[in-house]
Amino acid sequence: MTAPLDVDGTAAPPRANGELVFSAPWESRAFGMAVTLYEAGAFTWPQFQAALIARIAAWENAPDQNRPWSYYHHWLAALEDVLDEQGTISCDEVATRALTLAQRPAGHDHHH
Amino acid sequence: MTTSSESGEAPSAALRTEALEQLLTERGLIDSEIVDAFITNYETNVGPLNGAKVVAKAWTDPEYRRRLLADGTSAIKELGFGGPQGEHIVVVENTPTTHNVVVCTLCSCYPWPVLGLPPGWYKDPVYRARVVKEPRTVLSEMGLDLGDDVHITVRDSTSEVRWLVLPERPAGTEHLTEEELVPLVTRDAMVGVAKAAAA
Repeated sequence: MTAPLDVDGTAAPPRANGELVFSAPWESRAFGMAVTLYEAGAFTWPQFQAALIARIAAWENAPDQNRPWSYYHHWLAALEDVLDEQGTISCDEVATRALTLAQRPAGHDHHH
Repeated sequence: MTTSSESGEAPSAALRTEALEQLLTERGLIDSEIVDAFITNYETNVGPLNGAKVVAKAWTDPEYRRRLLADGTSAIKELGFGGPQGEHIVVVENTPTTHNVVVCTLCSCYPWPVLGLPPGWYKDPVYRARVVKEPRTVLSEMGLDLGDDVHITVRDSTSEVRWLVLPERPAGTEHLTEEELVPLVTRDAMVGVAKAAAA
């Protein structure tokens, strides 16, 4: 990495140009998990890409066009699809665990 | 930080994400510290400044420009920029008569090592659908009016080809050094929805 140039125009790093990369913490976790698993060789990028394309296409082809667009919902669903398809972690397991987490007493819902 | 447990779809996605991370961690498939490191890197280090350095070098070094147009990925790697979504980067040059603009019609393919993660509008279904059908109108709405004599080519990125635009060097910048040119190169110019402008 070269020494940082003193640049504060629109070419500055993501935080500095007024555009947040992630709009909620879970989006960054979903992003980070996919990249970590890909780098560890858990799946190829085209595999993940295909799952992401399928999720986005399903949303775009659905008749109800009034649902809000959330890119990272599709990203997360694609990650779950790939892991489910491989038999690594099933979507049911994720749903069951999420339900357990939802039933935690208040004050325990922070990620650590 | 407040939790969003009472608003719409967000809690289920947040909870599913947390559930998935727990399961992956328990099985030894991920280490949360490594996940943290990737997130921090994309939030703070990897951004369009990398691409701006590539473009400024191409503007000032004809031999580098030739290598960049011949093999984007390896010329970009020369400057130390690589990693996920850095494979198969193809660089196309904008000229006074030819304008390239980049989209990913199917999802969000984007050359992360040089531009960081894509902005919201790039991933938006509206941009992805419309820029293909009516590029001149979309570009005009985004503030870039191109004359009728300028030929527009829409480049559709995929996991096999990720496009990066080499913008035109602005007129009146002949006296500037490579370092002085870097701040003139914007993310939007490298996606092809804007031009680089003299400061």
